Amino acid sequence: MALVEIRDVRKSFGQVEVLKGVSLDVAEGEIVTIIGRSGSGKSTLLRCINALETVNSGTITVEGRRVSAGMANLRQFRQRVGIVFQAFNLFPHLSVEKNITLAPLLTKKIGKSQARALAQDVLGRVGLSDKIDAWPEQLSGGQQQRVAIARCLAMAPHLMLFDEVTSALDPELVGEVLKVMEDMARQGMTMVLVTHEMGFARNVANKIVFMHQGKVWEEGPPEKLFAAPQTPELRSFINSVK
Amino acid sequence: MNFQQLWRYQDQLVEGTLITLALTLIAACAGLVIGLLGAALLRSGSRPVRLAIRSYIEIIRNTPSLIQIFLIFFVLPSFGLKLPAFEAAAVALSLYFGAYAIEIVRAGLESIPPSQIEAGQCLGLTRWQVFRHVVLPPALRNVYPAFTSQFTLLLLGTSLASQVAAGELFHAGSFIESRTYRSFEVYAVICAIYFAMVMAFKAVFAAIGLLTFRWPVRR
Repeated sequence: MALVEIRDVRKSFGQVEVLKGVSLDVAEGEIVTIIGRSGSGKSTLLRCINALETVNSGTITVEGRRVSAGMANLRQFRQRVGIVFQAFNLFPHLSVEKNITLAPLLTKKIGKSQARALAQDVLGRVGLSDKIDAWPEQLSGGQQQRVAIARCLAMAPHLMLFDEVTSALDPELVGEVLKVMEDMARQGMTMVLVTHEMGFARNVANKIVFMHQGKVWEEGPPEKLFAAPQTPELRSFINSVK
Repeated sequence: MNFQQLWRYQDQLVEGTLITLALTLIAACAGLVIGLLGAALLRSGSRPVRLAIRSYIEIIRNTPSLIQIFLIFFVLPSFGLKLPAFEAAAVALSLYFGAYAIEIVRAGLESIPPSQIEAGQCLGLTRWQVFRHVVLPPALRNVYPAFTSQFTLLLLGTSLASQVAAGELFHAGSFIESRTYRSFEVYAVICAIYFAMVMAFKAVFAAIGLLTFRWPVRR
């Protein structure tokens, strides 16, 4: 059974239908990259997986449990499904350490020394051990995004969702974030990414999903999808981002 | 000018100052609790609760504070609740400060981007944990200057309590003036005491702000 099963999901905002019957499977350990033009429904789909949006119809199942905003144990579910946003969303009034340890301290009831060790561990994994006592405002965009990833890792998630995490970064800072994500992929983390980084998608993903007009237009392994797109829409998209 | 006559009344001045401070601090603390609770309920309470809070805010902010004090001191006894002057003034000033505090806290809470709340929710925090640990600290920082200004207005507004003989500083001044007929000297002195209290509180609030809100912000 796939870790994530999405079946015929529809989602509207007012009169605008953003997702028009999306179905998708994500296997454990798989890296799935969702690409597509702005407004194609990529981010909405990601937010539905984490129950930040409620679907109008269809089902999303993660680890065998049906996802919805009203699901039982929603908070425990969200601890297992980490999401990293384009705008980092670090808490500006908390140091890097406290950004990372806030949720483990409150939800997992670990001790302060254990929390500090946890922060050191996850910061080490994103290459920012020396920033443990810094304030978010003192970090570059790339560093802030790596802290946001570390904050998710501290919850030991089974699945990570990345919503255009490099889009707000200066070009020279994109690489450091992508490297962290590549390391996570190598370590077997199941990941679903929305990205415009085609090079990263090609090199790291097991599966590319091209979304267009609220539907999964094409999907497949990157080498096949990029080398031989089956639809004019994907061909045009690939040409436009080259 | 003759300030020497006032020296005999130093006990009244000290007592009036202490009562002013007590009224201010009681009303500020109670009003702050009202502000936090009211603002939280305005965000998450049911429609009738929100309507009740909005009505309270509008009534308090759009009627004279002096009349509010009179209502509590002179009218409540008709309904069987008789409060001494100090207590009546403390209740009225708490309700006054609370109404402004709700609006100040509400503005602070609304200054926090929804994405911060979402980030807290995504970490599996409860609504209360998100409010307490994610929203409230930066919200309070954003409205701290407004709070300190409102506190100053509250301190100066305690002089209205003299109209029900609550024994605070202005009342003490009126008493001394009636005995000495030294209007200028009396009011110059109590003015100086009010000024000194406000400046001292401003210094204290500045120090508290520096110690409490230590994180850097983008200017």
